[in-house]
Amino acid sequence: MNQITPDSYVTADGRTIGGTVMEMKNITLRFGGVVAIKDISFDIRQGEIRAIIGPNGAGKSSMLNVISGFYNPQEGDVFYKGQKRPPMRPYQVARLGIARTFQNIALFEGMSVLDNVMTGRLHHMKAGLFSQALWKGRAEREEVENREAVEKIIDFLEIQSIRKTPVGRLPYGLKKRVELARALAAEPSILLLDEPMAGMNVEEKEDMSRFILDVNDEFGTTIALIEHDMGVVMDLSDRVVVMDYGKKIGDGTPDEVRNNQDVIDAYLGVAHD
Amino acid sequence: MREELELAQSSQATDGLMSIPALMRRNAERFAGKAAYREKEFGIWQCWTWSEAREEIETLALGLLTLGIKEGDFVAIIGRNRPYLYWSMVAAQMVGAVPVPVYKDSAAEEMAYVLAHCGARFVIAEDQEQVDKVIDVQDQLPNFEHMVYLDPRGLRKYDHTALHQFQKLQTEGRAQRLAHEAELEARTGRLTYDSTCVMLYTSGTTGKPKGVVLSNRNVIQTSKNSVDFDSLRADENILAYLPMAWVGDFIFSVGQAMWCGFCVNCPESEDTMVTDLREIGPTYFFAPPAVFESQLTNVMIRMEDAGRFKQWLFRKYMAHAKKVGGKILDGHSVGPLDRLNYALGNLFIYGPLKDTLGLGRVRVGYTAGEAIGPELFEFYRSLGINLKQLYGQTEATVFITLQPNGEVRADTVGVPAPEVEIKIEDSGEIFYRSPGVFVEYLNNPESTASTKDAENWVATGDAGFFEEGSGHLRIIDRIKDVGKLADGRMFAPKFVENKLKFYPDILEAVVFGNGRDRCVAFINIDLKAVGNWAERNNIAYASYQELAGHPRVLETIQGHVEEVNRSVAEDPMLSGCQIHRFLVLHKELDADDGEMTRTKKVRRVVVADKFKDLVDALYDGSKTVSTTTEVTYEDGRKGSISATLELRDVAVLPTLSQQVAAE
Repeated sequence: MNQITPDSYVTADGRTIGGTVMEMKNITLRFGGVVAIKDISFDIRQGEIRAIIGPNGAGKSSMLNVISGFYNPQEGDVFYKGQKRPPMRPYQVARLGIARTFQNIALFEGMSVLDNVMTGRLHHMKAGLFSQALWKGRAEREEVENREAVEKIIDFLEIQSIRKTPVGRLPYGLKKRVELARALAAEPSILLLDEPMAGMNVEEKEDMSRFILDVNDEFGTTIALIEHDMGVVMDLSDRVVVMDYGKKIGDGTPDEVRNNQDVIDAYLGVAHD
Repeated sequence: MREELELAQSSQATDGLMSIPALMRRNAERFAGKAAYREKEFGIWQCWTWSEAREEIETLALGLLTLGIKEGDFVAIIGRNRPYLYWSMVAAQMVGAVPVPVYKDSAAEEMAYVLAHCGARFVIAEDQEQVDKVIDVQDQLPNFEHMVYLDPRGLRKYDHTALHQFQKLQTEGRAQRLAHEAELEARTGRLTYDSTCVMLYTSGTTGKPKGVVLSNRNVIQTSKNSVDFDSLRADENILAYLPMAWVGDFIFSVGQAMWCGFCVNCPESEDTMVTDLREIGPTYFFAPPAVFESQLTNVMIRMEDAGRFKQWLFRKYMAHAKKVGGKILDGHSVGPLDRLNYALGNLFIYGPLKDTLGLGRVRVGYTAGEAIGPELFEFYRSLGINLKQLYGQTEATVFITLQPNGEVRADTVGVPAPEVEIKIEDSGEIFYRSPGVFVEYLNNPESTASTKDAENWVATGDAGFFEEGSGHLRIIDRIKDVGKLADGRMFAPKFVENKLKFYPDILEAVVFGNGRDRCVAFINIDLKAVGNWAERNNIAYASYQELAGHPRVLETIQGHVEEVNRSVAEDPMLSGCQIHRFLVLHKELDADDGEMTRTKKVRRVVVADKFKDLVDALYDGSKTVSTTTEVTYEDGRKGSISATLELRDVAVLPTLSQQVAAE
């Protein structure tokens, strides 16, 4: 363990950013002959909003999938709270306190919003099959506790009016919010958001930005997000990683990244050699 | 002698309870363990009994004392209907301050005007949104000192020198109870019938809002009288969902609730009102016509998706309800077979439908604010819902006239409320005098004097008349809008507009004709209703504008206008108001463009001025007109839309005077 934990600091808007909670070291991910991620290293610090940006096909979603344990990289290591993380299944990663949302919404369409969000509490339910079936003692107590936790999130994200609505009937922007609710229900210490604002109109984007900031502020959740909308990214995040063709081409505060020549080239399009 | 006796009786009748805090304490003793407030939060109805409410209110009042609140200070209260904010009003009264509920959706600038006008020293705000608005304009508020907020979300990092969290302030109040209790008792004890109970700002179709000062006498007497009129009891339940800044909500949720000791239920959020209504099942309910209309539309749309048999059953029984439902409700005689059939319908159709609407337990329901369509009104009454109309205004502490049970009609507003005197001047304007007559407009003696004379008669600004026979009041229009056609016949635009607006397709109508030889109209279609119709008839449209200009839409609207003309022609006084030509506007009239007030009342003068070219075209006989209109988007940006509108001629029936001339 030779990890250097940087000192914590306080941001301009009064949030405290702590030491490193997660670190990617020299990650390389291949699909057959295709190199999706090439030797990338970066870290995520406690309490920060960390964005991963880049043009289409840059490997952003792959990177998020590595963090969430969906892909295991061929080379490199992921460190979580100072410990090297062995290859894991996604549900094991979820138990570590890492929750995520998906780029193309993965909710249970036929179930109500409430039930969908309740599924996010799965790791907080310990009652066995037998006790669940009898609905006595622990099972009942847990259900009540979990419902309470879920209701707080429903209140937080202002989706009370659709609590009992089947998700399939909801418009896109609300589905995205329900997905966020489900991720939050797990009470994660790190929240991974895959394009939380894709396909939204300006007003929906503003709402979602507000919620992301509030989650970070209220629960102190560390957030890593992928986003296409540069305006949103620059406003929201504390630090930004820029990827292009599987490589990291920039890393720093929004201002630093904005003035980085490689980043400008990647976004404006420069011939690759 | 008799007057003296009555006076003595009236002060006895209120048992020396001269203020809202006094009523609150009486309730805390008499109904200690009974539900006083409920609010749905985290998916569950949270409940406070009267004695718990008393504790909450008193600790808040003590908390306000620790901040140095003075008697006579104004306390602005901004947010949606929540028990905490109702308690804030009573807490403010307890320390001798004046609560001023403010519309929560007013823009920062509108809020600045109101807060500066009364010189509010304290603000109690619901959440970050409201706190931000006040902070934005605080430079314009020299008197502003402290702000208390309810929901801490997003506010943790704010500078807390002048900012206090509601519950923390209560904790502080509780901790310093000993130091301030005597002061609190002294101040509450000093409250009299003449102390100011509340100040409410009127919405103002013209000019700036005015602050209406209401005394404890105004509020308590009117609450008592109206409670007696409808025999309201301590076991009523109401749903508090209309703006807290509106006088009606203050009377229902504070005045009458405190007088009776009934329970005020607050919805979980604005969007959940319909669900919450169903869960609470209020026994006493108020809603503007728009709420009833949207509920009916939902029912009808859902019925269209139902199976054939269900549709048949629904139609059959609704027709029966239409025939006898209203009569049964009014206690008229109905044949035994019809009665039996109605009872069956009640079991299978009306009862379940009322439950779905959340109106199954309503004993007394009121609608006011706008005219209600006879069809709509009949629909609810035929189901057995005792929906009635009232006529009132802020200056009267709501009640001027009320419809007694059994004497309910769509086109009148009822008889004078208890202790209300009404007279009608030669001009047709309605004047009233009652214990509810407001004290004054704050800092505005001129307006006070022009509205209220030395003998306490108040001008309503409305024209109306008492119907012969029934003695019920009928409202014609705003007196300033009532004019004369070029040939001297009476012109009352609202009368015609209301008839037009009763059609679900028509959202808004503006009729012109003052000083002209004939009347013309602008029509706004209702996008929801017409859009639904277009969908069912396979009519494709890309925008509001396109739908509004569709020939078949114009055809339908023309049919409506002609029908209205036929009905207008029957009225001997107003038959001159038939519409000769009309157009369907290419945009919806909108408060953001200044064409309407925030309470959705058309600003006639603005509309006439802004669309002058269109009015001229209606009068010069042209078939089409091209126009460009500036629009304001919600975020304040401006744009413009242009359109070519078709102007249509409408069939008109000969009017009485023409008939006379012809003979």
